[in-house]
Amino acid sequence: MTVKTVIKTSEYHDSVTLMLVAKELTKLPGVQDAAVVMGTDSNKAILDQSGLLTADAKKATPNDLVIAVKTDGDVDAALAEADALLAKKQSSDNGAEFRPKTVRGAVKGMNDANVAIISIAGRYAADEAWECLKRGLHVLLFSDNVSVEDEVALKKYAREHGLLLMGPGAGTAILNGVALAFANVIPAGPVGIVSAAGTGLQETSTLLGKKGVGITQGIGTGGRDLKKEIGGIMFLEGIKALQDDPDTKVILLVSKPPAPEMAKMVYDQVLKSKKPTVVCLLGGDPKSVVVAPQIYPVNTLEEAGLLAAKLAGAQIADPKTVIAKETAEIKEIAKTLKPKLKKTQKYLRGLFSGGTLCYESQAIWRDENELEVLSNAPLDKHYQIADSNKSEKHTTIDLGEEEFTVGRPHPMIDNDLRIRRLLLEAKDPEVAVIMFDVVIGYGAHPDPAAELGDAVRKARELVAKEGREIIFVSSVTGTEGDPQGLTRTTQTLKSAGVIVCNSNAAASRLTALMVTE
Amino acid sequence: MSPKINDLFGKPIKVVNVGLASMAQPMRDQNIPVVDVEWQPPKEGIIRLHVTKSGVDIDAANAEVCKRIKAARPVLVGMGKAIDVIPGYHDHLILHAGPPITWERMCGPQKAAVMGALVYEGLAKDETEAEKLAASGKIEFAPCHHYHTVGPMAGIVSPSMPVFIIENKTYGNKAFCTQNEGLGKVLRFGGLGPEVYTRLKWMETVLYPTLNKALQSMPDGIDIKALIAQALHMGDDCHNRNRAATSLFLRAIGPALARTNKDNEVLAKVIEFIDKNDHFFLNLSMPAGKAALEPAEGVEGSTILTVMARNGTDFGIRMAGMPNTWFTAPAGMVQGLYFPGFSEADANPDIGDSTVTETAGYGGFAMAAAPAIVKFVGGVPSDATACTMEMYEITFDEHDGFSIPSLNFRGTPLGIDVRKVMETGILPKINTGISHKNPGVGGIGAGILRAPEKCFRDAFDAFRKIC
Repeated sequence: MTVKTVIKTSEYHDSVTLMLVAKELTKLPGVQDAAVVMGTDSNKAILDQSGLLTADAKKATPNDLVIAVKTDGDVDAALAEADALLAKKQSSDNGAEFRPKTVRGAVKGMNDANVAIISIAGRYAADEAWECLKRGLHVLLFSDNVSVEDEVALKKYAREHGLLLMGPGAGTAILNGVALAFANVIPAGPVGIVSAAGTGLQETSTLLGKKGVGITQGIGTGGRDLKKEIGGIMFLEGIKALQDDPDTKVILLVSKPPAPEMAKMVYDQVLKSKKPTVVCLLGGDPKSVVVAPQIYPVNTLEEAGLLAAKLAGAQIADPKTVIAKETAEIKEIAKTLKPKLKKTQKYLRGLFSGGTLCYESQAIWRDENELEVLSNAPLDKHYQIADSNKSEKHTTIDLGEEEFTVGRPHPMIDNDLRIRRLLLEAKDPEVAVIMFDVVIGYGAHPDPAAELGDAVRKARELVAKEGREIIFVSSVTGTEGDPQGLTRTTQTLKSAGVIVCNSNAAASRLTALMVTE
Repeated sequence: MSPKINDLFGKPIKVVNVGLASMAQPMRDQNIPVVDVEWQPPKEGIIRLHVTKSGVDIDAANAEVCKRIKAARPVLVGMGKAIDVIPGYHDHLILHAGPPITWERMCGPQKAAVMGALVYEGLAKDETEAEKLAASGKIEFAPCHHYHTVGPMAGIVSPSMPVFIIENKTYGNKAFCTQNEGLGKVLRFGGLGPEVYTRLKWMETVLYPTLNKALQSMPDGIDIKALIAQALHMGDDCHNRNRAATSLFLRAIGPALARTNKDNEVLAKVIEFIDKNDHFFLNLSMPAGKAALEPAEGVEGSTILTVMARNGTDFGIRMAGMPNTWFTAPAGMVQGLYFPGFSEADANPDIGDSTVTETAGYGGFAMAAAPAIVKFVGGVPSDATACTMEMYEITFDEHDGFSIPSLNFRGTPLGIDVRKVMETGILPKINTGISHKNPGVGGIGAGILRAPEKCFRDAFDAFRKIC
């Protein structure tokens, strides 16, 4: 077995291109593992875990491209192939059809453009966001690593000019029925959503969709918007827009719990309209909610989706009743699963691509099950895990966190990192249950269930050899209209032996039952 | 009413995607129009410049520069000998194309053209003597650009050479350029020999007086801007294709030529000479650009180029905001098509002031208007369109006087912005003739190349210091 790396200084490719090249390399005969990544510290940590971090690779800077191959075949041939693939990716862009190189050029070619999606590296993103705002474009700023000063300045400008500046770190929006970035196919309907949590918007909108209820708009603000330093500029502008929108009959707000003064601003704005408003401050203190006839507080994304659906006229029972019935069913399932586990299997592991889903699970485990679950994205510092790459006891990891995504694709696009981690967790004899989310829709991987399902099969074979079983629990955030299809995705997971629940909340509850009495 | 977020609701969504291509695909899958920007990170050390230390808004300064260039109205008002009409000219002054250069550093064809000019002037009896004289220090060399003049290829101007006088009627400034000799073995490509001198003498003693007499009878002169605008609609770019413009020029001056000339055989020879030289108009198109650009020089805080020129050794640029500073880099090699018997091994590096056309918003930047040009410089017609589209990315404005029919009459890319060149990494594309590297041979082909990055980087760095 040979491990060899090549460092290409100051060579830039987008992370998806790199992922595709790495994938091609692993298909070569003899290649055990391959990585094509920018030389960031987090990527180097990942290389290290996979035994790909050579002395050369250690020296790479974030501006350098690292190509690493582990093979018992011809290592130089594999590296040459990587070169050829990268060159091919470059030249495929050089077709006769002209592509503008700047926002200015793009807008000149399409002068009625009204929305920009920005997903370039964070340190350049603010400049491009300014270009877009100044040209009158609403902006979905997917990029992370944008400074607080830039975010505030951009959002103030956007507010003055009647524009949306969603983000930084905004992965989801649905505007006029169009899914932007990571979003699902949701019918048109009376619910308007503002969310400071990307997968919170996906989970609640798909729960509505599953009940046949549609939305007017889904506005993502980026997770930092409701922090004091930003002042909730876009969250408040989003609420105002929905309050003024005649098509929006019910408003649904989703966020992690903001600071009290931020919460007050939100409630003050909500009280300016009579429209029923479901407020989901995930993991927050229910007692802090302002009581008013139009305010409907909820604790979970699931409850938020169900309640908004009911307020919008869906013929369903009271959300609390629906959830109680579902929980009873889960307990029955748990009874059949529990005997498969050994006494020594005590711990749960969560592997998430959606940050808000990871957060919702933690809130449920803490509030309903009194479990102490460590995380790289904890509810509070008390549950901070020491090393994101090393689980201990109950651990849940948000693989969409910045530490994992600098210079590599998001886990909703690329399952590779999650698969590696899943196999790693399965090897731990103390692990009873592994829960993971599957987010489908536009922007997401074309068939995540197939890849994750294969990984589950592989993990199950692995532990079977050691005389154990592990329970795999999941839920699918998506709708039938999504390109991957809700039913198809669910079936693929089930056929791999995954227990698939109707919501992330339900999956969290089942997961908890595997490690509690 | 001030704009509101709600204004977007209900409208068709149209998307600009900056970054991951995977963000654009879902738009296409939903049948939403999307433009996918081919984004590249800016080069190391390149930041966005908005305001100078003295408080000048750079965009406003650049807008002023482009406004002046667009407002220019270059008109051919007459002709004269260089020494008589170019301000500051003297009898030992030789002008050359490109940034300043000493005799020692001049490339082969430029040296040859200097020698040829000295023989033509009678200052040396042959080329050997001319070479000694040129090296003796008795001849002063200066860039054409320092004397309101432009010269194609070697760009050599000597005292008794006749020049066209172009007056910018809007601002009253004048620009100058010699008459075009044709292609092949000609002085401007470094061609030497009796036929070269004979032709130059004929141009001085027959062509020039005939044309000048005709022009004197035309009180309004000939509006060169109008001819360029028309020629762009007839397949010319007015740098490397001047076939339509040359014909238009003959039409414009024809009646006056007939009326003011008594000898039909002379008239026929003059018309024949112009007709046989598709590039005759180049020496009008170039000074028209120079006349349009000069009033923009000195606009404080502008990053727009007012000069882009090569001498076969160096490539040089000047910005409107720093009008007296040349930023130079070694001239590049041209990729192109060669006349039979010649190859890239024979080629001299990029040379000539003809890039004044690109600087003024036509020439190679208007290649989309001139698809047939690829037969001369190589490539396929779609390359011509792609070239223009790309140049929009580094220009500040679009010309309101020059348009491109195939792009829905969109204005040509105008005003090369040093900031945009560095931000995008897109270097100006130039189409040009190619000289043989050895003195005396002449033109051997034509082709395309990019301006060198270094001079733009240096200009950017110098400008950054005042920001």
